[in-house]
Amino acid sequence: MGNDFRDACGVGFVADIHGRRSRSIVEQGLEILRRLSHRAATGSDPETGDGAGIALQLPEQFLRDEGARLGLELPPNRRFAVGNVFLPPDPGMRVACEQILEAAIDEEGQRVIGWRDVPIDPSVVGPIGRDVMPVFRQVFVRMRRVPPSAWERTLFVIRKLAENRIRERHADPTGYFHVASLSTETIIYKGLLLPARLGEFFLDLKEPALASSIAVVHSRFSTNTFPTWDLAQPFRYIAHNGEINTLRGNANWMQARRSGLRSAKFSGGIERLMPIIVPGKSDSAQFDNMAELLVLGGRSLPHAMMMMIPEAWESGTLADDRASFYRYAASLVEPWDGPAAIVFFDGQLVGATLDRNGLRPARWTITTDDRVILASEAGVIDVPPELVRAKGRLTPGMMFVIDTAEGRIVDDAELKHDVASRFPYRRWLAKNVFHLADLDSAEPPMPLAGDELQARQRAFGYTDEDLELIVAPMAETGKEPVGSMGTDTPLAVLSQHAPNVSAYFHQLFAQVTNPPIDPIREALVMSLETSVGPDGNTFEETPEQCHQLRLRGPIIDSADLAKIRGVREGVFDPVTLSITWPRSYGDGWLAKALGELCKAAVRAIDDGRNILILSDRGVTADRVPIPALLALSAVQQHLVREGIRMQAGLLVETAEVREVHDVALLIGFGAAAVNPYLALDTVSALGLDREKYIHALEDGLLKVMSKMGITTVQSYRGAQMFEAVGIDRDVIEAHFTGTPSRLGGVGLADLETEANARHARGWQGPRELPIGGTYRWRRTGELHKWNPATIATLQDAVRRADATRFAEFERLCDDEERALVTLRGLLDVQYGDPIALDDVEPASSIVKRFVTGAMSFGSISAEAHETLAIGMNRLGARSNSGEGGEELHRFDNERRSAIKQVASGRFGVTAHYLVSADDLQIKIAQGAKPGEGGQLPGAKVDDRIAKVRCSTPGVTLISPPPHHDIYSIEDLAQLIYDLTAVNPRARVSVKLVSEVGVGTIAAGVAKARAGCVVIAGFEGGTGAAPLSSLKRAGLPWELGLAEAQQVLVENRLRDRVRLQVDGGLRTSRDVVIAALLGAEEFGMATASLVATGCVMLRKCHLNTCSVGIATQDPELRTRYTGKPEDVVTYFTFVAEAVRAHLARLGVRSLDEIVGRVDKLRARKRSLGWHAKASKLDLSAILQAPVAPADVPRRFVRAQPWSLDDHVDHRILAGETALPIDNSKRAAGTLLSGELVRKHGAAGLPDGSLTVRFTGSAGQSFGAFLAPGVTLELAGEANDYIGKGLSGGRIVVKPPPGARFVAEDNVIVGNVALYGATAGDLFANGLAGERFAVRNSGARAVVEGVGAHGCEYMTGGVVIVLGAVGKNFAAGMSGGTAYVFDASQTFRASCNVELVELEPLSLDSDVWLVHGLIADHARLTGSARATKLLDNWDHVRPRFIKVMPTEYKRVLEQRRARLLGVA
Amino acid sequence: MRLPRALPHRRPIAERLGDWHEVEHTAPDADARAQAGRCMDCGVPFCTNGCPLGNPIPDFAAAVARGRWDLAYQRLAATNDFPDFTGRICPAPCEAACVLALDDAPVTIEATERAIADRAFAEGWVTPIAPARHTGKRVAVVGSGPAGLAAAVQLAERGHGVVIFEASARAGGLLRYGIPDFKLDKSVIDRRLAMLGPIEIVTNAQVGIAPTWTALRDEFDAIVIAIGAQKPRELAIAGRDLDGVIVAMDYLVDQNEALADGRATRFDLRGKHVVILGGGDTGSDCLGTALRQGAAQVTQIELVPPPPIGRNPATPWPAWPIVFRTSSSQEEGGARAFGFRTTGFAGTNGRLSALHGIEVAREAGRLVDVPGTERVMPADAVVLALGFTGANADALIAQLGVKLDGYGNIAVDARYETNITGVFCAGDAQRGASLVVWAIAEGRAAAHHVDSFLAAS
Repeated sequence: MGNDFRDACGVGFVADIHGRRSRSIVEQGLEILRRLSHRAATGSDPETGDGAGIALQLPEQFLRDEGARLGLELPPNRRFAVGNVFLPPDPGMRVACEQILEAAIDEEGQRVIGWRDVPIDPSVVGPIGRDVMPVFRQVFVRMRRVPPSAWERTLFVIRKLAENRIRERHADPTGYFHVASLSTETIIYKGLLLPARLGEFFLDLKEPALASSIAVVHSRFSTNTFPTWDLAQPFRYIAHNGEINTLRGNANWMQARRSGLRSAKFSGGIERLMPIIVPGKSDSAQFDNMAELLVLGGRSLPHAMMMMIPEAWESGTLADDRASFYRYAASLVEPWDGPAAIVFFDGQLVGATLDRNGLRPARWTITTDDRVILASEAGVIDVPPELVRAKGRLTPGMMFVIDTAEGRIVDDAELKHDVASRFPYRRWLAKNVFHLADLDSAEPPMPLAGDELQARQRAFGYTDEDLELIVAPMAETGKEPVGSMGTDTPLAVLSQHAPNVSAYFHQLFAQVTNPPIDPIREALVMSLETSVGPDGNTFEETPEQCHQLRLRGPIIDSADLAKIRGVREGVFDPVTLSITWPRSYGDGWLAKALGELCKAAVRAIDDGRNILILSDRGVTADRVPIPALLALSAVQQHLVREGIRMQAGLLVETAEVREVHDVALLIGFGAAAVNPYLALDTVSALGLDREKYIHALEDGLLKVMSKMGITTVQSYRGAQMFEAVGIDRDVIEAHFTGTPSRLGGVGLADLETEANARHARGWQGPRELPIGGTYRWRRTGELHKWNPATIATLQDAVRRADATRFAEFERLCDDEERALVTLRGLLDVQYGDPIALDDVEPASSIVKRFVTGAMSFGSISAEAHETLAIGMNRLGARSNSGEGGEELHRFDNERRSAIKQVASGRFGVTAHYLVSADDLQIKIAQGAKPGEGGQLPGAKVDDRIAKVRCSTPGVTLISPPPHHDIYSIEDLAQLIYDLTAVNPRARVSVKLVSEVGVGTIAAGVAKARAGCVVIAGFEGGTGAAPLSSLKRAGLPWELGLAEAQQVLVENRLRDRVRLQVDGGLRTSRDVVIAALLGAEEFGMATASLVATGCVMLRKCHLNTCSVGIATQDPELRTRYTGKPEDVVTYFTFVAEAVRAHLARLGVRSLDEIVGRVDKLRARKRSLGWHAKASKLDLSAILQAPVAPADVPRRFVRAQPWSLDDHVDHRILAGETALPIDNSKRAAGTLLSGELVRKHGAAGLPDGSLTVRFTGSAGQSFGAFLAPGVTLELAGEANDYIGKGLSGGRIVVKPPPGARFVAEDNVIVGNVALYGATAGDLFANGLAGERFAVRNSGARAVVEGVGAHGCEYMTGGVVIVLGAVGKNFAAGMSGGTAYVFDASQTFRASCNVELVELEPLSLDSDVWLVHGLIADHARLTGSARATKLLDNWDHVRPRFIKVMPTEYKRVLEQRRARLLGVA
Repeated sequence: MRLPRALPHRRPIAERLGDWHEVEHTAPDADARAQAGRCMDCGVPFCTNGCPLGNPIPDFAAAVARGRWDLAYQRLAATNDFPDFTGRICPAPCEAACVLALDDAPVTIEATERAIADRAFAEGWVTPIAPARHTGKRVAVVGSGPAGLAAAVQLAERGHGVVIFEASARAGGLLRYGIPDFKLDKSVIDRRLAMLGPIEIVTNAQVGIAPTWTALRDEFDAIVIAIGAQKPRELAIAGRDLDGVIVAMDYLVDQNEALADGRATRFDLRGKHVVILGGGDTGSDCLGTALRQGAAQVTQIELVPPPPIGRNPATPWPAWPIVFRTSSSQEEGGARAFGFRTTGFAGTNGRLSALHGIEVAREAGRLVDVPGTERVMPADAVVLALGFTGANADALIAQLGVKLDGYGNIAVDARYETNITGVFCAGDAQRGASLVVWAIAEGRAAAHHVDSFLAAS
């Protein structure tokens, strides 16, 4: 985080196993690039790509020829290196850069032979790319004086020296200089080009003499388009598809271990090469930096990859030696965590690996002529079927290497065994790693109780609410407490209640460019294990490198801490540093205390202490605690700066921690473990369960991590996944270095005042705890925007249609003079040159820009849902279906939701549903709980809801945290393409949540060709979310909207998308400020509910809503009193009030003020404003985009969309037999949209239309396929086959002429049948990960599936005739799966949390399975199916039926009921 | 919420008409807990907002539901000095604002308060005020009604020396003399007075005469005027001075004193035909009193036409709904009449025998007589329960120069301070006649400002 580049892409390679160099490998590499074009992106300039590149073996002969032509004398025996260098176009600067590079070469004892201008054809670059195009030159270097084994390392040193000096000497102020490659082994051609143009741009690539046995290619889709040639990939050792979530932490930790890095291999020491991880570059570039260092430091490439992206080894399923290796490696380097498909290569070896969760695709083909093709998609090179030896895919954590020197493929097991058995890691660990349980126990301090306990509770800011809503429920249930509706209290920086420092920090979360993870259903990749102690020297592999104290999890109690304090084993030498300070010191104590603390920490490390325990136990009436987070982070950053951080572990013992957010912050800023002693003693005093409380904290921590897509505490630690709101930049710079804090704000003096205020509560004033009022309105608590006065006034205004009352409501809401709540409360609109109200556009046109928020039928009642829809339709505005589908009877009348949401659960998302929308909204995240999924408990799923969600009444429905077809930006582009194909008349909008970097993501979304970007603020509502998510995740929309506007305008993408905003909008002032910040459309969800009767009980999650809105209880629903008229009245009032603002602004229409940020000013400070607010610097919000005046600031015209080349047009024209390749995507989808539009949900009668394809189908083959259509594919398919299948049939079989064994080879990609609601899929071959995820009605037969098969399934039938990967049936709450378990290994692969395993014995089951397998055999010609049928009686007992427990119970009850009635 | 609303048991009418004991019982433990459990712990508790004291209703209801009476009392006592009083005689605007009042079945908040308070006394949790420190400042509180008592308690808890001056023989003001025993047993007041700790109460003190206001001002660091709004609204019509036309407060005070002192009443309405003018709470109290005295017939007349039954769109939730209500006294007997304006009293030999009146109707917001509806109602006693018009402030004005506002109430600023520095006023005396709960709220608020004033001086 913190950098502005995120990319994801297409990646691939082709290699000759025997290392035979040929021209054709180069050409095939370029062909892969062309075929991956749709995975790349362009910005506003369609000719400038985001980047493409190719890495090849150094083409010796070609270079010798060129050298000879130029009169350069190359030494024999490949004793030379060639560098592809990007140089500034300015001749003076260019020469300066060249001289610095030459000097570095010389200094390191090598010799420059000469330079060659790289021939290019600039005409194939777009204007934007050309504007910033560097000069391309090749430097030829003669290698001498060092052995060949040190060549690459020497060249690395040369490059680093040159880079550092050019930076230091400002020789290249605009940043053109870049060494794309400098090697004796490889050469890389890359640039800001369209993938298909790379080969035309670099003329070398056309040279017949240019030969290689390996070609690695990469096509880039970057979220924004600030044009950068150097970020094109491949980098020197890797090409990466994915995103490193823990980037900041990884870079920090490398900085932190600076002083401990020693290697004899780097002459002159490592210090002069710093920074190793070059800041400001993309995550992939930084990953490459680290990989390069490890490789040149002596590890093999696969070894480096295993260290950086370890498999999920913590769960204990790996072989012992491998697990030991990973455990050992963990003390040398933190995992680089995130979705990743990485291709790595040096001159002779090329390979690929996947992250532990397998979130990026990688498909391979091995040919009979000994080539290997691996790429993000299958079918990127046409291989005649008879030449295919095998086809497969990388599985999570798997590695796949071709050693062209040895001429063979090295498989995962061998490779990893080799690395893992280099040293006796297990023995080393046994000797040097200690477990907490092994330590002698020691006497912990007495638990606090009575007055002592209460005084500390007060002194650390506890409230009644903390006890009642947070601590007690956690200790009672072991889970985080859940609440509902949005937050409407002041930001910490605006609060006058002296909030804890942790309240100033907001959690970041993954959206679009990387997926959040489901920590519950995909627990096997998650790990809480952590360790403390000194870290090793990354370069060395000796037993001493792993002196670690292992902890089961990062929360420890006082007994654990006492053990650690008393540890006598090994090298451990703990020390406790008090973080309390004498109160008598007076003003300025905090700054002084922090300084002293940091000094003490350094001194302790100098004295050889290696476990530092920061403790506030010493707090008394006379000693004030330093806020624990501030103390911890200050020490962390100070030690990092000193380069000695890795010499000690940090523990925190604090009374401050009470909720999950507090723990997450301490870990996230560098603590290894936390002892929340006061919270634990409070739990004991309440007579509750401490273990459960700890469990709740840990569970919550996993959730916070997984929100960001991070799986292990080890890599979350120090990753700083937070944004501060309202903390002064100096404080951030010094103590939270690198954390975004865009508004500045309070300094140490203010934090000191608040620390004093909290402390004073401990030993002065009333004995009762403050009442709180953060989660619920309380008269003496925090101000809430929704309070008795605002709610009652709005309802009264709407019921009586009384404009005066409405004006009063707006005044009550907007009056932040006395107490501030929001950032917009700090803004003033600059009115001027008013015009007559009559000249302003009418309210009837303004209301069309209003939408209600997404609220699902299910979270709210049918009555409430339809009332909103009718009201909005009458206005010509739009209501939003939410993610629960929509009842059929509403599709064609005023009850229809014009916006249909497509969320991760895909409930009821059928072709018919999609074509009935004007706006298809992809919900990436929700303001109230970004990065999290949801759950509709079975009790709420009545017959109606089950029907519309295509599920079973009474069965719980789970929405996964990520969309399983969006793990990256190019995936999002694909979904947008799919939705547009099914309903070309609808606009596709993408809902994001405000956080730092959301502008970058918005740009990516615009490039993915969405029509509208929704920026939601963290104040948005919800039917249920953990309280810490409600309050602590996401940012106010003012920040996100301003950023999105700025980045979109600056990237010249603003004109093609609309911006919509929501999250706590209530009044016309909110609307006008949002418009001035750049929004064109405005969502008001909670306000529309309040207008129709909601009184903010905040009980939506309990089904007890007494006003009949957020409930399915038939009796409570009768209490609903809302009317469509209320909706109409409310929105009309807002629109009328907006008109008044427009008149005062002197404009006739809302459009005229969109993006007019110049009309906003920071509000004048008047007396009575809280002192803290006046410290905020709002320029991040008020800054105008840096772009010429003629660049549009608002929507002008729709995205250039063309589906003209869609393959379905040929079907509509009557063709029924077609070739297909991977660039033809969503086959059958456009056709299906047409069909259901014409014929309704039922589509055509079964068997009406069959289309036969041959080849490798592109992604989303048969997505949303309608009833009556059969797609038959002879060949193979990529990811997302049968996505949202809506009744059609898909048959996939190997191509005629194929010689491989179908049942052993991969035939369909990842995430097949995601969200399918009906239809059939027969696939004669293996499928990838997450087969039939969230299937609710389709039937499928397949010969084997990858990990996470049938995840979240709620209905339908899946038959697997072969092996299944890990975690089968996780979160599966309905439907049935039957697995042929020939090898009797299935049980180990199945996640039985929700399901039961039974034999296949019921007659009805047997007939079903037999019948479907017979269909499979008939339709696909499956050999395995035929064999099974032939031996049916023999094989039947080896089928296992997978039956969700809850589903079974519900079905049985239903059957009993039916029989009873009969 | 599924559980129906249920009020605590009221004694049978026949029984309660035979004595002066409280009509209502304190809810037994299980009932109180069950009813408190009906509270939904609303995210926005409108009840709190409806309560002038801002009582943390969901918080104490939750504690009661869990059986944590101690915690409930602690929470309730934090905002309400006298839940023992409000739990009995508050019209409970909180209940009107309860979200469940949307369906006409609010949580029984008042009964819950009463249960908490009685439990607290029974358990000994209510202890005499024992301030942790003494400021050495002295405050005179004039009047021992709910406003004066609340101010006194708050000031005493902050360590100030407090002396209450009460004109009557016993402390309690309106609570003791204005409210009949059957609504608030006087033992309830006595047990509270026993907890006033260091507060000194001077009874039979005619402030203005002896001591004078000036003397108080000289002797004390601050004065809190809490003398109530005792001036009854008069009815200047023919026959007002006939024997048998009495003022409600005289009537109620007489009955209360008679019971307390064990003497006979001065106004005994046994066997009489009684008409009560005024449909408010005081009128109802007179009604209950007359019934208990054995009146032959009682009619309570309200000037304005009857409010709607059920909901009144003019006063939407969560506002206090102006709707047709039946008080406990009204359910005991007597007749009610609405929309009737009394035009004169008739009598013989100086004794009342009938009243004359005419029906009125509301037209364009104003009440107008309906021609041809004149009526004569036989009556040998009429009780005037027409409200109050302000404080008896003549001595205050004369001695301290305190100013009044346009309504005849003592004028104060936002800090409850009169135009005279250090002289504060709270309750009905400045607000005009209102609810006990408002009096307590003002007493507390004024005490807060007096405390600030004392700290600054």
